[in-house]
Amino acid sequence: MPTERKLRAQIRAGIDGAATGLAVISTLLVVAPLLAIFAYLLYKGASSLSWAFFTDIPKPVGEAGGGMANAIAGSGILLAIGSLIGVPIGIGGGIFLAEFGRGTKMANAVRFTADVLNGVPSIVMGIAVYSLIVVPQGHFSALSGGVALGIMMIPTVCRTTEEMLLMVPHAVREAALALGVPNWRSVLAITVKTASPGIITGCMLAFARVAGETAPLIFTAFGNMGWSSNLSEPIAALPLQIYVYAISPYDEWHRLAWAGALVLIVLIVTAVSLVRYVTSRGVLKGAS
Amino acid sequence: MGIGIEVINLNAWYGTNHTLQDINLNIPANHATALIGPSGCGKSTFVRCLNRMHETNPIARVTGKVMFGDLDIYEDCKPVEIRRRVGMVFQRPNPFPTMSIYDNVCAGLKLNGYTNRRALEEIVEKSLRNSALWDEVKDDLKKKSGASLSGGQQQRLCIARALAVDPEVLLMDEPASALDPVSTSKIEDLIFQLKSQYTIVIVTHNMQQAARVAENTGFFLNGRMVEFDSTHKIFTNPSDKRTEDYITGRFG
Repeated sequence: MPTERKLRAQIRAGIDGAATGLAVISTLLVVAPLLAIFAYLLYKGASSLSWAFFTDIPKPVGEAGGGMANAIAGSGILLAIGSLIGVPIGIGGGIFLAEFGRGTKMANAVRFTADVLNGVPSIVMGIAVYSLIVVPQGHFSALSGGVALGIMMIPTVCRTTEEMLLMVPHAVREAALALGVPNWRSVLAITVKTASPGIITGCMLAFARVAGETAPLIFTAFGNMGWSSNLSEPIAALPLQIYVYAISPYDEWHRLAWAGALVLIVLIVTAVSLVRYVTSRGVLKGAS
Repeated sequence: MGIGIEVINLNAWYGTNHTLQDINLNIPANHATALIGPSGCGKSTFVRCLNRMHETNPIARVTGKVMFGDLDIYEDCKPVEIRRRVGMVFQRPNPFPTMSIYDNVCAGLKLNGYTNRRALEEIVEKSLRNSALWDEVKDDLKKKSGASLSGGQQQRLCIARALAVDPEVLLMDEPASALDPVSTSKIEDLIFQLKSQYTIVIVTHNMQQAARVAENTGFFLNGRMVEFDSTHKIFTNPSDKRTEDYITGRFG
């Protein structure tokens, strides 16, 4: 039946084409929002970008110009504190969940807590840190802002670390144990190392997420129109600055807010790409 | 030099499953001993009891004695110590995927705190020569990942890795079952050479392989060792009817 066969082949080709088409459309739909946001930010913000934006601090209302240098530096400091807190605790917790506490009540409790923590709205996190650090100290501070961001990073880092470690094949762990390597050493030197690309991705995900957070900083870092490198003083942050400028009634500030949003996105993308590049350089030929 | 192993009344469980029952066996030093038997008969569990890998499974349990020379491995020492003296090669090649060929070979030494660089380089070369892999990899020792090699090369890399910690016994759990005939014959040649320096215990599904490489053969069935004798005797004139049925292909 050559004609029937031909028909069937045509139907198969048609279904194949339709499936491929759907996949392509889905891909576009995934990428489109990011591209749209980026394009709109470029359109609105690029014209207000100047060298001064990166070197000057905000000017009083009514004066033209001014920049967000202090907010960029402040965001850097806050994210550094946050990462110092969130990354080690998160990775440590993930290692516990996947390797040492597997199946224990403690592990189940930790996993549940991490999942709930992940769902806590960021403004609540800000209020919690406000009452835990800011109120007892009596003032807003960079430190409290960093702590708030750090706590927000923990659950993401913790759960991705756990999942990446569980993906390391059992055979690899056995190989290490059979060489007479103690379990703790095998976990750190073999399992964690094998899973490290995934763990790093998890950390970058958490980093990128909190880099744009505004709500937890309102009650903690508070914002600052000038320079500050003192961790016990209020500090400026890009998202906060954007927020303050965006809700202000001044056109000049609106334009700066757009520029700030553009810079924020570019900085996040740059930081993530940089970490990926640096960590991928040591990878060997043929390593999976 | 290799060292002999004496197994006395060994019993092993996975949960409530009694996988090894009253095994008594003398494994002579510097010989290859093959263990044959149908799937699920306890061969793999048995070799895993010889280096205490069995107990890495939380539901596993073991009773009885395994004498390693004068040492009772379940009484007199820690698992990590015995695993350094009893190397193991698994069914599927399992090189460390993120490590170079070089680092794979010296992983056991480095992770146990050995740092002398020059000595490490010598050990790596010697181990790779002993596992007949040196000529194929010597140019990309530190450039290529262990996972980039072919299956047969990976298995020889795993043998080199096991040899690098200088064990006295080498356990091989179906080391060639995932390999093609050419790689298999390379592994078998290797076993022949290694016998002079190590005591070898090899689990295999391939009876010709047992006949080719081992002086002694044990036949396992349903968690018990049915018969243990010289390979020649097992394959030409077994004492037990069940052994005969198995090697003539009547079951299993």
